[in-house]
Amino acid sequence: METERAYQATAAVPSGTAAVVMRGITKRFPGIVANDDVTFEVARGEVHALLGENGAGKTTLMNVLTGLYHPDEGEIEIGGQLIELHSPRDAIDAGIGMVHQHFRLVETLTVAENISLSLRDRPFVLSRRDAVREVQRIAEALHMPVDPEARIWQLSVGEQQRVEIMKAVRSGSQVLILDEPTAVLTPQEAQSLFETLRVMAAEGHSVIVITHKLHEVMAVSHRVTVLRGGRKIATVRTAEATVESLAAMMVGRDIELEQRQDRSSPVGEEVLRADGLTAAGDRGFDALRDVSLVVHAGEVLGVAGVAGNGQRELAEAITGLRPLAAGVVTVDGRKLGGGDPREAIAAGVAHVPEDRLHTGVAPSLSIASNVVLKSYRRGGVTRGPFLLLRRIRDRAVELIRRYDVRATSPEVPARVLSGGNLQKVVLGREFSGRPKVLVVAAPTRGLDVGAIETVHDYLREAAADGVAVLLISEDLDEVQALADRIVVMYEGAIVGERDARTATTDELGLLMAGVR
Amino acid sequence: MTRPAVRIERRLVQHRWLAVVVPLASLAVAFAAIGLVLAITGHAPWATFRRLFDAAFLADGALSNTLVSATPLAFTGLAAAVAFRMRLFNIGAEGQLYLGAIGASGIALLFAGQSSVVIVPAMIVVGAAAGAAWAAIPGVLRAFAHTNEIITSLMLNYCAALLLNYLIFDSQSYWRDDSATGQLFPQGKMLADAASWPVWTIGSIAIPFGFVVGLTVAAVVWVLYARTRFGFEAQVIADSPRAARYAGMRTRRKILAVLCLSGAVAGVGGASQMGDFRHILDARGLQQANYGYTGIVVAALARFNPFATLLVAFLLGGLENAGYTLQGADFPSGLVGVMQGLILFAMLGGELLVRYRIVIERPGRIAAAAEASA
Repeated sequence: METERAYQATAAVPSGTAAVVMRGITKRFPGIVANDDVTFEVARGEVHALLGENGAGKTTLMNVLTGLYHPDEGEIEIGGQLIELHSPRDAIDAGIGMVHQHFRLVETLTVAENISLSLRDRPFVLSRRDAVREVQRIAEALHMPVDPEARIWQLSVGEQQRVEIMKAVRSGSQVLILDEPTAVLTPQEAQSLFETLRVMAAEGHSVIVITHKLHEVMAVSHRVTVLRGGRKIATVRTAEATVESLAAMMVGRDIELEQRQDRSSPVGEEVLRADGLTAAGDRGFDALRDVSLVVHAGEVLGVAGVAGNGQRELAEAITGLRPLAAGVVTVDGRKLGGGDPREAIAAGVAHVPEDRLHTGVAPSLSIASNVVLKSYRRGGVTRGPFLLLRRIRDRAVELIRRYDVRATSPEVPARVLSGGNLQKVVLGREFSGRPKVLVVAAPTRGLDVGAIETVHDYLREAAADGVAVLLISEDLDEVQALADRIVVMYEGAIVGERDARTATTDELGLLMAGVR
Repeated sequence: MTRPAVRIERRLVQHRWLAVVVPLASLAVAFAAIGLVLAITGHAPWATFRRLFDAAFLADGALSNTLVSATPLAFTGLAAAVAFRMRLFNIGAEGQLYLGAIGASGIALLFAGQSSVVIVPAMIVVGAAAGAAWAAIPGVLRAFAHTNEIITSLMLNYCAALLLNYLIFDSQSYWRDDSATGQLFPQGKMLADAASWPVWTIGSIAIPFGFVVGLTVAAVVWVLYARTRFGFEAQVIADSPRAARYAGMRTRRKILAVLCLSGAVAGVGGASQMGDFRHILDARGLQQANYGYTGIVVAALARFNPFATLLVAFLLGGLENAGYTLQGADFPSGLVGVMQGLILFAMLGGELLVRYRIVIERPGRIAAAAEASA
């Protein structure tokens, strides 16, 4: 990654006064200490990364800073003044702005109108011209090209994010917090966001980027604070850190960063074939447009793309969850009627859904019930209309052992499992059906590093066993690490296919942005 | 921020003992409140409580009378439990019970010459079928048109009540007594003796056949939900319809089946009203009893467990029965209603504490603790 190194070489940590000091912050929730004596300091003119795995306490710490939570212990200083934040309003007045993962914009209004909306002291009658001029001024200052008169729904996700940033700046934020800002961006859009953040920092703003992606930390920040298990591990200068050292601090042990493994086993016959799949999305428009693909036995086909470009609909169309307007799915030479999950299951299509907690399992039912969620119709665990509860339990015990699920008993409800353990239950169940095709969507979203490795190993094993794997993921690194071939989806259609061994991130990023 | 804040938050763990302690404590609170009301209105609280308990469970024939009150509540309670367990809010047990009564009395009149070996089972079957058919209307609408079953089943209660009135008061229907008195004072035709359901007597307690049927239904419902594929699917659909669809379950059929089953149970309750107790299609009496609505309360207090439903029906039956006995010249019926209301109010209010707890916060701790689990 040349760009990363180039940036670091020129990046000097600004030595100005502290914009924000959070001292000895402790926040307890029943049964857990979310922040344990965390001290966190951000300098004026600095881009500061807040790094940690899910559950490390990043979000809690920022919720304290934005006035959503009141800390049990500790104090907050903003601009050199000790301050008590009782509500988000207080935090905004103190100059703290937040860009959430899910944008808070009115889709039918223009950029200028949205920004005016967020103003506290807006006049009763809005002057459209003033508003537009103001937006243009901010846009120029921050090097963010945005048309002030465009309506939000017409903008790309990256542009919408810029509007959010401008909103925060316009309402006087000196400290800007971004929560996982690149999750919805293409690599190129992410680069341009980083550019903006640097400009903001150079103009004297402070920027806090919440993230768990190491490359982002290296690319954008001056300093980085690592949290783990609610405690602060360290604050280091990014220039003095490496991806490896940060990963070790984040996880608490040395980890090997995942390397692409090219498999030696040959790819077998064609198993899954989709021809011209077209399907309506939840809002009625065609979310899937004429998608054709083929997956062979033992092959992993990666589907890359920015979130919301038809990936979920593709998974649902193949697994029968979404009715097809046109097109045919063929599994092992057998045509599926479409729109019937039971038919797809019977044909040997296993599915690890994106929403594992409410689709992949019935959350309030026991692990045991969830283990037989699909197989309860087949023999083995039933006799006539009756369930054989002992056998169901035995199966669950076996799966828990084999996939190393951390659970006290097969009777506990599935929702109490951590994301990683829940995913193991889902994967174990899907594998137990001896599938021919495995459709996996966002299999590691929200999982910690250890669980990600485990899930990836299972997926590689499945392919080695001759399963045709369709891996749909917004995490380009994941797709590149696992897939043999990669197709890129944009606005419901496949816009390109690349060999995973030779495809570059830049090339895929352009495809993800719809540039052919 | 100087005053303490009182908040209600979800319990992170629900202890099992709460399920026992909370109802008992609620009952204690209810009786304390009743005692206060009684003292204010000049009645001796302890003596009244003793009379209440005596009339419900101890006196001669008290248990028999309690069972008479409890039997219909057992059916409507089970009907509600069957549907609510799958998160189908069938408010229509009231109307389904009327339809069951109409169907059962119709077949009893039609089979007038037959022996009870034929008539009684026929009444159960036709009552169940009529109740199921009535419930199938909201069932089909919910399953295939996503119509809210609360509204449709509730509205159908009024339709059923109008149908009942029509059959007895507003037409010369098959159900209406066509004798001279029947023309003057509209009422239903008397069913044949063979259509009376048997009564078993154990000691001094008369156990109506309907109550035994109710026990059987409870057992069947329990097995169905806890031990069968049908029940497994219902549980999954109740918990997460998306997971059910993902697992290839036929959700729509199941919605229809469960609502029909619920209606059938209420319908048998209607048949039991005809066979066990009323023996004529009593349009006014059935409507005044409000069995269907009380059944929802019964099922809720029993947390939709079929056996607990029977127990709660029995206790509420006792309360109702004692109410009849207590009221008199020195004890207005309004006061009886106040007592019954306070008990139900406390019991249902107490339910909140099983799942939620009340936190009184000192100033300065505004954070939402529940967020931690999110």
